[in-house]
Amino acid sequence: MRWIFRILFLAACLSGIAWFHHVRTHRPTRVEEANRAGILLAGNGSEPATLDPHLASGQPEHLIFHALFEGLIAPAPDNPDGDAPGAAATWTSDHFTVWTFKLQPQGRWSDGTPLTAADFVYSYQRILTAQLGADYASMLYPMLNAEEFHTGKIKDFSQVGVKALDPLTLQITLKGPAPYLPSMLKHYAWFPLPKQAIEKFGKMTDRNTRWTRPANMVCNGPFKLKSWQVNQALEVERNPQYWDATTVKLNGIIFLPISSDTTEELAFNDGQLHVTLTMPLSKIPAYSESKSPYYHNDPLLSVYMYRCNTKKKPFDNPLVRRALALAIDRESITRNILRAGQQPATGLTPPGCNADYKVPNIMRFDPAEARRLLAEAGFPDGKGFPPFDILINTSESHRSLAQAVQAMWKEHLHIPAGVLNQDWGVYLESQRKFDYQIARFGWVGDYLDPSTFLAIWQTGDGNNNTGWGSKRYDELIRQSFLEADSGKRLQLLSEAETLLLNEVPMLPIYWYTHSYLMRPEVKGLLPSLLQHRCYKAVELRP
Amino acid sequence: MIRFIVSRIVQGIIVIFAVITITFTLSKMVPGGAVRNERFITEEARKAQDEYYGLNKPWIVQLGLQFKHYATLDLPESYHYKGRGVDEIIASGFPISAAVGGAALLIALAVGVPLGAYAALRPNTLEDRTSTVAATLGICTPSMVLGPLIALLFGLKLRWFNASGWFDASDWVLPALTLGIIYSAYIARLTRGSLRETLAQEFIRTARAKGASESSVVFLHAMKLACLPVLNFLGPAAAGLLTGSFIVETVFQLPGLGQFFISAATNGDHQLTIAISVFYAALIVSFNLLVDILQAALNPRIRLQA
Repeated sequence: MRWIFRILFLAACLSGIAWFHHVRTHRPTRVEEANRAGILLAGNGSEPATLDPHLASGQPEHLIFHALFEGLIAPAPDNPDGDAPGAAATWTSDHFTVWTFKLQPQGRWSDGTPLTAADFVYSYQRILTAQLGADYASMLYPMLNAEEFHTGKIKDFSQVGVKALDPLTLQITLKGPAPYLPSMLKHYAWFPLPKQAIEKFGKMTDRNTRWTRPANMVCNGPFKLKSWQVNQALEVERNPQYWDATTVKLNGIIFLPISSDTTEELAFNDGQLHVTLTMPLSKIPAYSESKSPYYHNDPLLSVYMYRCNTKKKPFDNPLVRRALALAIDRESITRNILRAGQQPATGLTPPGCNADYKVPNIMRFDPAEARRLLAEAGFPDGKGFPPFDILINTSESHRSLAQAVQAMWKEHLHIPAGVLNQDWGVYLESQRKFDYQIARFGWVGDYLDPSTFLAIWQTGDGNNNTGWGSKRYDELIRQSFLEADSGKRLQLLSEAETLLLNEVPMLPIYWYTHSYLMRPEVKGLLPSLLQHRCYKAVELRP
Repeated sequence: MIRFIVSRIVQGIIVIFAVITITFTLSKMVPGGAVRNERFITEEARKAQDEYYGLNKPWIVQLGLQFKHYATLDLPESYHYKGRGVDEIIASGFPISAAVGGAALLIALAVGVPLGAYAALRPNTLEDRTSTVAATLGICTPSMVLGPLIALLFGLKLRWFNASGWFDASDWVLPALTLGIIYSAYIARLTRGSLRETLAQEFIRTARAKGASESSVVFLHAMKLACLPVLNFLGPAAAGLLTGSFIVETVFQLPGLGQFFISAATNGDHQLTIAISVFYAALIVSFNLLVDILQAALNPRIRLQA
């Protein structure tokens, strides 16, 4: 008799598991549920540090701000790098220097308060007030007297080049002509902030006010903040007060802070995300070779390079730097090591900055010429060249690239390079203190113009950190900022870049691309060189 | 007993202030500071931030301020998560870590103790060897391997649970299973060793001679003593489990405390590092106290003395 009970017990267990399996495997995934609700689930990297655009400086925040706020000019629905009316309905410029914006007559904050030109003036005053300590205050420096106000040379904000001519007319006066201002205005440093909400919870320059908490937050973008569970999810919902609310197609977006790319890919394959922010580098070749419908690879306005400390011998010698630049086989690096669609950098400025800009394609691979230059610099066949290190911040991909460059220099120039990795904070500090020889460096463009890549190499610029400087270069850049004629301006910049690439205080290596996974039902989330997003054009069509 | 508890609490407070001093000193030795942006930040902005966080004061004054923060329980603001108090961050992460850690602890005990006891009662048999091998395997498998494997099997392949995230009521299962399996291996080995040792002692022979049944010998007499090393291990282990495992929380994307602990270090957010270290120290101190009291209750040979 006992065996009957045993068999019955076993059968009960098995059918229990089968029932459990059936129930669990037939539940809808989060993506299916979100498709029905019209909510986009987007991976967003690390947890946003803040939702105050004046205190933020990271990419996760940047992607959220495009949903919550809108600058004077917004990303265009058919091309996020293009210009479309945002908080301003129309705009005109006088020689690209004095810009007049007519605001949307029905523009409102999410609390119903009208959005006026005074809000922009308030906002620019806030970010430029030194006491706030805004990381990106310098983004507004092209504006007349903005730098002087921020550094305390001018105390009176009315002297700064921003005026509310009437409630719906804003005038921005720049230091010189900047045809790229519309592209610049899409950066969150230029977004309007709600005075009524900020001052309800503290003073203008308080860093710790609670105005960005879900119940308190007021914004002017296509979406407004619904909930923010730290390290878990940040949800935005339609903003009915938005001037173009009828165009908005999604009912909401949930931004998921997933800092590990492996976890993010797992979550995507588990049906928890419509779109990832990134993906594991090692998985890219497999996705791209299998022609996965999920895999996307878009060019970015961003360059990976090695900077040289020109304060240290022998890197003070341009011949040595040029030899180093010529001995790097960029094709081989992008094809064999990176393998994610990156382009070898033939110059500094990535393609796409400006259709009329002629990038001087000087960077090439020429080991014979490199050896000749090195010999001319006094190191024939690498003899007598002091040992030096390539400084990287700790990361597997930086290491493999550095090792490849190290091998190329060893093979073609017979010079001894080591690889030194440091933790992020230490690595930044070493570069600020010029305590390095060669260091990895990445630069992301802020707006669509070569000047975003070229201006940082002026003598003493805070981002230069190479010790390099050239009077002629500074002069070319200065002239370009004063030149109103678009063709002449680009000519000056091209001349400056040629000079820079002949002196090579930094060795450009490759231009970045953005690899990520996206489900096919997501429509309208288009590639952008600056990673701008026009969320109001996005829809879900399963 | 009361004198013992009071003196241990006083010792605990000293330990906590020592932890503040040590983590603060270490954080001052870390180069890089609180501003960790690759982009140049103007001198004005840097100065304003240093002033706001009190970083321009002499370091001895800063240490005094830290003491004041913790003595008055008016905790400072995180450097990285602007406008958020470190207490607010701990309060948001701890319940999740504790829920997963608590479940993991129960799984570890439910699997580890019976497995160890079973092996101890059948020494050098096939069953004993199998469970010892299983336990060794569990100890040797790091959570960064076991976690993704479990996520792949039960998440992506069988689709019984979500592979990651903290949204459904069942999302605690896989991370708790990962942590539970690893800790159960430790507990199984400890239980086996100490139960075998206890069973060889004279009072067990006496109990058997008295004619006590085998089950009462094992469960009433031997287990009570054999679980002492396990209890000792559980004090710090419980504190570790409750405050979250960084790896498991990253693999399963849990918004727990472990993720904050590591990201605080990489972000240069020293206020948060100090706060979580203090919180962790406070938990260990209290669990150790609890374990001491429990041990005294279980083992008549232990007397608590201040």
